[in-house]
Amino acid sequence: MSASGIRPGPRGRAVVTGLGVIAPTGIGAARHWESVLAGKSGLGRITRFDPTRYPARIAGEVPGFRAAEQIPGRLIPQTDRFTHFALAAAEAALADATADPARLPEYEMAVVTASSSGGTEFGQHEMENLYQQGSSWVGAYQSIAWFYAATTGQVSIRHGMRGPCGVIACEQAGGLDALGQSRRLLDTGSRLVLSGGTDASLCPYGLVAQLSSGQLSTEDDPARAYLPFDAAASGFVPGEGGAMLVVESAASARDRGVRPYGELLGYAAGFDPATGPRPDGTRHAVLASVIRRALADASLAPGDVDVVFADAAGVPAEDLAEARAITEVFGPGGVPVTAPKTLTGRMYAGGAALDVATALLALTAGVVPHTAGLARPADGCAIDLVLHHPRRTGPRTALVLARGHGGFTSALLVGAGDRRDPEK
Amino acid sequence: MAEFTLDDIRRILRASAGVDEQTDLDGADFADTPFADLGYDSLALLELANRIEREYGIDIPDGDLAHTQTPHEALAYVRARLAEVHA
Repeated sequence: MSASGIRPGPRGRAVVTGLGVIAPTGIGAARHWESVLAGKSGLGRITRFDPTRYPARIAGEVPGFRAAEQIPGRLIPQTDRFTHFALAAAEAALADATADPARLPEYEMAVVTASSSGGTEFGQHEMENLYQQGSSWVGAYQSIAWFYAATTGQVSIRHGMRGPCGVIACEQAGGLDALGQSRRLLDTGSRLVLSGGTDASLCPYGLVAQLSSGQLSTEDDPARAYLPFDAAASGFVPGEGGAMLVVESAASARDRGVRPYGELLGYAAGFDPATGPRPDGTRHAVLASVIRRALADASLAPGDVDVVFADAAGVPAEDLAEARAITEVFGPGGVPVTAPKTLTGRMYAGGAALDVATALLALTAGVVPHTAGLARPADGCAIDLVLHHPRRTGPRTALVLARGHGGFTSALLVGAGDRRDPEK
Repeated sequence: MAEFTLDDIRRILRASAGVDEQTDLDGADFADTPFADLGYDSLALLELANRIEREYGIDIPDGDLAHTQTPHEALAYVRARLAEVHA
């Protein structure tokens, strides 16, 4: 046993048996996947508040989400929108996996989510109460609704999952890190982990916090606001939503007679505190190292990877660094690269989780989805970017990349399973 | 000052802590059903106390309302506090 509590030696196989999606591309994995294949964008001018006086006005909002129809009524005033999303996605994922937590050992089930903003909108309202009316107007639920672990706690309580629960706050890389942690838990006595991430910070307080990164696009045309790897890249657009996944030991899935979407084959993470281009041109080194370590973890060679789901920052220097890292490992144009997140915007803790769900749907369908909306690749990005339409190439292995503000850098490899019916 | 009633407790619980589909706040047993059985925990009772304090201009010492077990007990407690204040 190492200091991390993880036994050395070969691991058990970790498979994904259920997907729950709440995204600007639609509610439900099937609707999301239809939008991805059709290149149907969920970006538009912000409607959740009047964005006129803010420099960034385009976002990916979840269409038609009504909490009262999706989650228990008592939890609506007690939790933030990011938790509403996760509760709905968790229920959908469990249903998709035909997993009934009441029939499984409660201490062998866990919840591990990623959160980047916490309950921002809830917190904003309570701060308004504080400053406009006084401290006695701050609601008691502020104490549990705002913080990063709120979602994990509420999902754990709702489904009676009492194993080693946790939350990971690694900005936009967190969705992959949560899945990496879920896989570890399967080796230490857990059999089923609800994992993934959601975020919902499309409120003035949340947007202003994001503006401080200087990476949000100020473009007013939704079709031009988020163009990663493109010559016209001008930053990124924020999105809300995310995905929850049922991660399960292969033995547990087999016992339950459930066919998985796919398998978590390898994972690695690193940290790169530097920002912007470096004079020595090594901006891509950490990401390249993380990719290599994920491949080693999966005992795979670069040639085994059929598609890369890029982090796709939309910021030219970051795009270039990612393209160089991919090129260094796979060779120029050595692997198809795609970024369906141009349809959703960058969804913070929810983004990488959704990318993994999209990758699993792509492997299930045998299709590499395209990156919609790009016109002209940026100079220096020597990658085989999948543009214009999906490629029906029967991919079996996908690499998902994610980078979070401040230096979080993660990679996850997923392999195809034998599931044939995305969530009905 | 209007009389404080069970309807006020129902109204404030609905607004502050929400209500589940399976919970019947309008049932005949509401007044004598323990808060826990109605799905309300200590945080819900804290929020109930906060809102009553603000709306009715009374001071409810921390924990006082949380020690009541049912809406009926809470009603009696709040009425007693109101009577003290307006005496």
